[in-house]
Amino acid sequence: MLERSAAPATLLIAPTGGGKTLAGFLPSLIDLAQNPSAGLHTLYISPLKALAADMRRNLQRPVEDMGLNIRIEDRSGDTTQTRKKAQRADPPHILLTTPESLALLLSYPDAPRIFAGLKRVVVDELHALAESKRGDQLLLCLTRLQAMRPNLTRVGLSATVDDPDALARYLAPHPAICDVLTADPGPTPDIQMMTTNTAPPWSGGGARYAIPEVLEAVKAHKTTLIFHNTRAQAEIFFHDLWLANTDNLPIAIHHGSLDRGQRTKVEAAMVAGHLRAVVCTGSLDLGLDWGDVDLVIQVGAPKNVKRLVQRIGRSGHHYNTPSKALILPANRWEIIECHAAIEAVIAHDLDGDPRGPGPRDVLCQHLLITACAAPFDADRIFAEVTQAGPYAALTRAEFDACLDFVATGGYALRAYDRWQRLMQNPQGLWQLRDPRQAALIRMNIGTIIDTDTLTVRMRGRGGKALGEVEESFAASLTQGDTFLIGGKIVRFESLREMVVQVSSDRGRRPRLAVFSGTKFSTSLQLSDRILHLLQSGRWDSLPPHTRDWVIQQKTVSQLPKPGRVLVESFLRDDRAHTCLYGFAGKNAQQTLGLLATRKMEQLSLGPLGFVATDYATLIWSIQPVTDPTPLFDLTGLHEGLETWLSENALMKRSFKNAATIAGLITRNHPGQRTTGRQATFSTDILYDTLRKYDPDHLLLSLTREEAMRGLIDFGRIEALLTRTKGKLDHVCAPHVTPFSAPLFLEIGRVPVEGTGQDMLLATEAQRLMAEAGLAQNG
Amino acid sequence: MSDLNGYNFLFAGTALTLLPSGALWWGQENLLCVSDLHLGKAERIARRGGHLLPPYETKDTLIRLERDIERTSARIIVCLGDSFDDLTAAENLAQDEAIWLTRLMAGRRWVWIEGNHDPGPVEFGGTHMAELFHPPLHFRHIAKTGAACEVSGHYHPKARLNLRDRSLSRPCLLMDSDRVILPAYGTYTGGLRSDDAALSQLMRPEAIAVMLGSPPHPIPMPRNS
Repeated sequence: MLERSAAPATLLIAPTGGGKTLAGFLPSLIDLAQNPSAGLHTLYISPLKALAADMRRNLQRPVEDMGLNIRIEDRSGDTTQTRKKAQRADPPHILLTTPESLALLLSYPDAPRIFAGLKRVVVDELHALAESKRGDQLLLCLTRLQAMRPNLTRVGLSATVDDPDALARYLAPHPAICDVLTADPGPTPDIQMMTTNTAPPWSGGGARYAIPEVLEAVKAHKTTLIFHNTRAQAEIFFHDLWLANTDNLPIAIHHGSLDRGQRTKVEAAMVAGHLRAVVCTGSLDLGLDWGDVDLVIQVGAPKNVKRLVQRIGRSGHHYNTPSKALILPANRWEIIECHAAIEAVIAHDLDGDPRGPGPRDVLCQHLLITACAAPFDADRIFAEVTQAGPYAALTRAEFDACLDFVATGGYALRAYDRWQRLMQNPQGLWQLRDPRQAALIRMNIGTIIDTDTLTVRMRGRGGKALGEVEESFAASLTQGDTFLIGGKIVRFESLREMVVQVSSDRGRRPRLAVFSGTKFSTSLQLSDRILHLLQSGRWDSLPPHTRDWVIQQKTVSQLPKPGRVLVESFLRDDRAHTCLYGFAGKNAQQTLGLLATRKMEQLSLGPLGFVATDYATLIWSIQPVTDPTPLFDLTGLHEGLETWLSENALMKRSFKNAATIAGLITRNHPGQRTTGRQATFSTDILYDTLRKYDPDHLLLSLTREEAMRGLIDFGRIEALLTRTKGKLDHVCAPHVTPFSAPLFLEIGRVPVEGTGQDMLLATEAQRLMAEAGLAQNG
Repeated sequence: MSDLNGYNFLFAGTALTLLPSGALWWGQENLLCVSDLHLGKAERIARRGGHLLPPYETKDTLIRLERDIERTSARIIVCLGDSFDDLTAAENLAQDEAIWLTRLMAGRRWVWIEGNHDPGPVEFGGTHMAELFHPPLHFRHIAKTGAACEVSGHYHPKARLNLRDRSLSRPCLLMDSDRVILPAYGTYTGGLRSDDAALSQLMRPEAIAVMLGSPPHPIPMPRNS
């Protein structure tokens, strides 16, 4: 590390517990000890506020022990205004912060003074940042710093990743070379499937059947982390765990929807060693050194081998102890998936989707932030941003379109000549037309877009804050409904000033809370392993019930093959069913369902609905599918994307995200939102208006690009169809097949929309009017 | 006028129709009433240093208004206030949109009722009034407590209905024996939920909400009990 302290960029890859963060700081400490100077020397960026604060405590001690006169401070959204002001006036030697706080610092006119002496930037958990737009924003910010300080050196710290060279290119100022240092990965983790007395159910994700075994495992270890894939599942599992926890073992819950105060309490109890287990979600994937965790239980299939490896790394946080993990499949399919995942971990075969080019909505925000600090020259900023790894391939035309968008709105109808946001001054530099805009732009900095959520509080004056639920969930509640939050059953009382008021409830059967937890899709590499496992015939290690299931599928139908698509047709309850095994991940299988039912509508097959999992899509219809080939017609699919798919709610959500990040609209700030009608109208209206009158607008192409990769995952569908063109295996089965059976139990059935919805509305409206005794007088 | 695909109802002894667009049609009087057009909203937001929203909402609102006028062959048009997002927005209307509006007004009786956003005369022709009494109905922007036979706007009411597997939220008309409150007609308008205290206090317990759609659907007005 020290030998390379002058290189423009270095990437250090080491497993958790390897002391890599200290290694990242060592050159700074040595330089500061040898050449004491005032002002900011090193900037440390981490994805978590808590991590920055934690790091300050960890650094303080060695610095004091060595008797060094080095000031270390952290800065985040939680830092007080007074502290923040003082930090700008007199920056510490080492500042620990987050990408958003750095972007905010760069938006101030005095940024060049704040960073005047900066020599090094250390980016922690780079692998996590690089997976989201937060990383793209950070890399753009680094180009600004680099312009102020040409000799700046960058150090990236990362957990094990599938493609270190790609991450190195991401970090380095383009086209500089970035060295990659890889530490010894440590001993192979001890990872096993959890064995249970009861067989897992056919579908669902709760894994409630294994509560007794999980409790036993918790008792047998010092501290256990129990990871779930969604917040709702974590809540239910936690609730059930406590019902069975007759020994009153101290077990807590931690996820992103819980009130911050409660989360901090859990973290503190954990550090102090007061807890035996924490039921958690991705909110504990990163960071804080828990020390004594000696077991990780992953509930549900991990969906992605890389994340599994990182989660396993949370246990045995000492360099030479192997991490210990148990994988608990939640249903039959997941047994096979978990099995494949364990094979992949042992083979060190990590997965990862290659990243596309840097998203342009983030660039739009960057241009606004840059203008807040000072008037800028477009040529110079273009040269700067193309030095950021993710934007190295950005064309000048793309850049100019973004600049036009932030300056004028970028509309075909040039309506805003008088009210441009940015305008060119006589020197040709771009500046804010109205300097007061800066405040609005600063408030909107960041790339994390939360779904609209409402705070949940206990009823009464000063009632305790419990956490948040999605607005749509809150809207569906009526008085007396019960749901789980923070492991507690609460009763919905009322919605007051955008706060969900609840009271305690003694019931045992809550209604499920729908949290905004991320829904992961199984990675393609893992899907491929599953297909190969099925074909290999190596089923001895599968539990007997699962082995029988696979053998039966082979007898009744056939097993899906890599590089081909299996299609099954059968009748159930006189209704035609078609099952498409694409193994493309849930989002993509859902899109396939939309596209295929659309095609079936055209073929007059009368599709009624469908349901999708990571592996397959099950469609039911009035007429049977006799020839599946047209359902997979690629040309037809493209037409679909351009027309009716654009009306999909998922596209509208993508639009909202892009519009918020790019600065077309302002995000809802909690507490500032009014219930007033004039202030807010749905972004869906903006989306529809643009589609009608300005279909070539920048934001629409950003939305399409995003949806192709994310929610709609069209890219995977396209890849699947190209790969398997003409390679369909169509089986007409006599009845429901073993592999399709779990799909009948799956929740999230999608009815085919259209006239159906209007009929539903008319019927329900009539029923309500009749019930209320209100005769129609028309 | 069965081809209007609207919702027909009796109010204060008069036969009225709520059109799928949110306009109110009084066939016997050849009168079409629309509320809260908010023309020029995007311009006003930009002028005040806010965001640069797609500048197409005035055009979209006028297209829909023109369609309703053509379908009904209305002779009297009553704009129930907040027709412009503010008085400057009326002045700053793009030239083609101003001409378009003038063309729509030609040969018809056109009444601009004042709203809180546009509390004064605008340079377009027509009649400017604080309220209009067209017996037996009183047209005003904001509902008055204690009034009867009243048609008003202002609140942009919307209603939510839970269906089996989805929840629909749509602009709606509210109605009881004393008053009718129209949904906002303008393209860039949000809504106030009917269970908001302001609306729950204003409307009688037996009020109904007619959710926009083709055709519109009446339901008991959802309220916060």
